[in-house]
Amino acid sequence: MVSVQDPPVTSPRPRRANPVLALLRNSWRQLTSMRTALILLFLLAVAAIPGSVLPQRGVNIDDVDRYFVEHPDLAPVLDRLGMFEVFASVWFSAIYLLLFTSLVGCVVPRLAEHWRAIRSAPPKAPSRLDRLPQHATIAQAIGGAEEIGAALRKRRWRVAVRGDTVSAEKGYLKETGNLLFHFALLAVIVGVGYGSSYGWHGNRLLVAGTETAFCNTLQQFDEYGLGPRVDAADLPRFCLELTDFNAEFLPTGQPSSFRATVRVDNGAPRGFSVNSPLRLDGANVYLLGHGYAPMIRYTDRYGQAQTAIAPFLTVDGMLTSEGVAAFPDANIDPKAGSARDPNAQVAFEGLYLPTAPDQPPYTRSVYPEERSPALMLWAYRGNLGLDAGIPGSVYRLDQRQVDNGRLKRVGEATLLRVGERMTLDDGSSVEFLGTREYATLSIRYDPGEKIALGGAAIGLLGLMLSLTGKRRRVFFRVTTGGSSLVEAGGLPRTDYSGFAEEFKQTVEAVERANEEGSVKR
Amino acid sequence: MSALSDQLLVVAILSYLAAMVCHAAEYAFGNRSHIGRAASRPARELVAVGFGSSAVKVDEPPADDMPAAPSGRDRAALAGRAAVVVTALAALVHLGTLVTRGIAAERMPWGNMYEFVLSVTFVGSAAWLVVLSQRPAIRHLGLFVATAMVVLLGIAGMVLYTEVAPLVPALKSTWFVVHVSAAVLSSGIFLLGFVPAAMFLIRSGYDRGKRSFPYSLGRRVPEAAALDRLTFRLHAFAFPIWTFGALIAGPIWAEAAWGRYWGWDPKEVWAFISWIVYAGYLHARATPSVKRTTATWIAVIGWLTMLMNLFGVNIFFTGLHSYGGL
Ligand code: HEM
Repeated sequence: MVSVQDPPVTSPRPRRANPVLALLRNSWRQLTSMRTALILLFLLAVAAIPGSVLPQRGVNIDDVDRYFVEHPDLAPVLDRLGMFEVFASVWFSAIYLLLFTSLVGCVVPRLAEHWRAIRSAPPKAPSRLDRLPQHATIAQAIGGAEEIGAALRKRRWRVAVRGDTVSAEKGYLKETGNLLFHFALLAVIVGVGYGSSYGWHGNRLLVAGTETAFCNTLQQFDEYGLGPRVDAADLPRFCLELTDFNAEFLPTGQPSSFRATVRVDNGAPRGFSVNSPLRLDGANVYLLGHGYAPMIRYTDRYGQAQTAIAPFLTVDGMLTSEGVAAFPDANIDPKAGSARDPNAQVAFEGLYLPTAPDQPPYTRSVYPEERSPALMLWAYRGNLGLDAGIPGSVYRLDQRQVDNGRLKRVGEATLLRVGERMTLDDGSSVEFLGTREYATLSIRYDPGEKIALGGAAIGLLGLMLSLTGKRRRVFFRVTTGGSSLVEAGGLPRTDYSGFAEEFKQTVEAVERANEEGSVKR
Repeated sequence: MSALSDQLLVVAILSYLAAMVCHAAEYAFGNRSHIGRAASRPARELVAVGFGSSAVKVDEPPADDMPAAPSGRDRAALAGRAAVVVTALAALVHLGTLVTRGIAAERMPWGNMYEFVLSVTFVGSAAWLVVLSQRPAIRHLGLFVATAMVVLLGIAGMVLYTEVAPLVPALKSTWFVVHVSAAVLSSGIFLLGFVPAAMFLIRSGYDRGKRSFPYSLGRRVPEAAALDRLTFRLHAFAFPIWTFGALIAGPIWAEAAWGRYWGWDPKEVWAFISWIVYAGYLHARATPSVKRTTATWIAVIGWLTMLMNLFGVNIFFTGLHSYGGL
């Protein structure tokens, strides 16, 4: 409990001390004071606020992009201030690094102090026990100081007997717990840091089927992030094939359960679901979402058929889905060689309704399961713009090509049921073969998790010891004068309203133990 | 069952309203002296807070030794006792609201914001009755507890209300139950902790000679030191539970459900902020150079962050946690 007080900022020292050293020493003292810790804690809380108010890259990058569009003047300024990555920003890091420095500087000396306190004997009794908050006299002949000390030890007091006085102290666990808690905070931060350095994650949309299987390499992720200490080659090798996806819904359309079944490296099928990820060696696979991938077969004007399995993105809870099936290699004249024809590429924009309504308009699905599946297709022909080298979305057509007229709508939108076919103006045709399910997966590895969890658990233990612990001392003095008498005093060292009661019981226990003792003698 | 739950909510709100009126009546008839005296009795330990402890023994303050206006005092005491009984009844009905809701949904009644607020306020109310049974002297704070209940339940019923529905798959997890129950428990106690904190600030302002509103209320509340101690007990009790619920069980569940244990989702940000602010309160209170009023202001800020957690985050932000929908 020694360092609870703010250390004095000035202290007497020789006048010719090195001013730089003195400054350093003073700054260190300031930094490790409770007041500074308090201010830093407060700053940390305030600094976290923008992280909830403004969209964050680490949480949802699309929201950040939208913010840039909506606030074209403000956003770049905020961005320069790190407001879209608050928790990785310089100023946020500075606050918590200072806080943890302060923590170390505060806790290490306290640890030493506490170590000494644990090993040293309880202090001498004050000369006047009747001045202590608790006081009692036992006007009865009981044993001497040694016997009293023994009785107290039995009640788990730490005891020192000096001549005819006994000093006893209890509640060291409070400080132990407090130190444990603060050190555990360090362990948590180490765990978090280790995890972000050596962890990695990747997201992947996985369509059911053998030919759409996925292997754990960076190229096959739709999006990924590697910790600074992770190399692409460090990723464990495994392949996943989605063999089945089972989703159940309530009559209202609310989902009630999702379950994906995969084969890992052609092994036996293994199921996993939301809340119970697939735990592999060195990676965990989490089920984040699911949807449908329509299978669309296009037969071009030369009779060549190609099939696209195009995952559509869901736009609402009833799994109305939107997407694109592109056929850049369509309509290549077999006689003219194998080059793509930049004016005869074909793509279909689609709207998929797992359960189409009974009546038009066919714009929204009415139930998330495939009860009456229907696919609305818009055909486009021309240059898809894929060769321009600008990466586009696989879920959307390149709008620039449409705007500048190089990609043209062909015919009217048509609703196809499974197995139905529509024919375009050039004699080519498109057929809706059915759908496959897909699952969106997050594949992650975080080696720091266990350290952080262990730290948190120990910290909680320490916190509870610290908050419930109470330090207190009792003293007994045996006065062997004309009348044999024992005087007792008690001193609670922390706010402890039940101390009077405990003190009374302790004195009674000492009395009783020694009565029994004297009978035996 | 669901309709019954809705009706019970209305009854609960009306009962808290009645308790509020009784407490107000006690204020109106009340006379400062017996409160002051009762508060200065040695405070007893706060025992573990449990559910269903609506049996309240109403210890009356020690025998009359003040000559002042006996009839007013009797009426005040009567109103005060009635208020406690009505609060206990209200808490029972409140519990009934929760239980019927849970039966209707066939699960724990904390699947969305509406149910969450219902649960948190119930914990606050039950904790209040437990604390009251330990320290009858703080009965006057009941006016604020009852008012808070009426307001919070009113908001829950009018703004947050959602139809009974089963849980979405992401919420079907043991850790979710652990996470939410610990969060509900600690939020309720933190919310309750605000009452003695605010009263402490009022009372110490009053003691410094301030007489304007709201310090004028300080005339009728317990001694500042007792309020300060109670504030600390409640916060020190809730803090580890919050640590466990929001910062340990929550992340364990988030790891299984979303693949990361901590992702700075708005709700996570605010849970963190609350934690830091309450840690700051505990620190401030342990630092001798920080005034008790300053420390208590930090607890009040903590309470504001708690409200942000309960309502604000779901209303202002979208994130993974905004599951219940509004
Ligand atoms: C990472 C930031 C920190 C957090 C979250 C934190 C949290 C806490 C909490 C919750 C308590 C109250 C529970 C208990 O008594 O064990 C506490 C107590 C304490 N903290 Fe910290 N702390 C932090 C940093 C520091 C620093 C930097 C110092 C030193 C300057 C410090 C010194 C103390 C002391 C001396 C106590 C004991 C108070 C008492 O006697 O009850 N803490 N801390």
